[in-house]
Amino acid sequence: MNAAVVPMVRIQAADFDVAAEIARLTQGRADIGAVVTFTGLCRDEQGSLSALELEHYPGMAEAEIARIAGEAIARWPLSGITVIHRFGRIRPGENIVLVVAASTHRQAAFDGASFLMDYLKSRAPFWKKEHRIDGSEGGWVDARESDEIAAARWAGQ
Amino acid sequence: MTKLIYFAWVRERIGKTEEDIDLPAEVKTVRDLLLWLKSRGEEFESALQHPEVIRVAINQEHVDHREAVAGAREIALFPPMTGG
Repeated sequence: MNAAVVPMVRIQAADFDVAAEIARLTQGRADIGAVVTFTGLCRDEQGSLSALELEHYPGMAEAEIARIAGEAIARWPLSGITVIHRFGRIRPGENIVLVVAASTHRQAAFDGASFLMDYLKSRAPFWKKEHRIDGSEGGWVDARESDEIAAARWAGQ
Repeated sequence: MTKLIYFAWVRERIGKTEEDIDLPAEVKTVRDLLLWLKSRGEEFESALQHPEVIRVAINQEHVDHREAVAGAREIALFPPMTGG
């Protein structure tokens, strides 16, 4: 149906500009009626966190996110998808991840963006390590069971 | 030769990012690999003490522990993912 949709996936250390990414996805098109964006930011954990260190598996990170985006395109009538995930040292208040989903009508864009984030959380090969404000290493962030449950809810549909 | 790659706390505990290795013939599945690696010294014992929690990718795709390792060029071992 919409086999022509090629998701844009970028894994980068640099920050991203949400407005520029929306413009890039919608530029020159008049068929898109809805754009949903999700931006994930680094929290300061009540002032205790100085930075997150994001490690990733180069090559697989791009490939796995592209596979997840392909599943979203197969499930919903999406007009376009952009996923950007940062790696390296990220400070509280800074961006970590961006998902943009575009479609003719809003529901596909909402569902597509939500599905992408849920799957990305449990399947994209990224790991977060905490650095504390007092200079100590906070250790690796544990995977949350709630993220697994969030991803699993799409399986029954 | 098979390239083994380690990430996050698996990498830290093993003390290296990757290695090229000839897998013994008795290592047929991912589960066999995890149990064999665990016997290679205390750093591996520490990283793989709970092999069931380790996630594995073969040639950059997720696999479960029953998957065969024959023909794998690259096998990655890592903890559950925490991106997003």
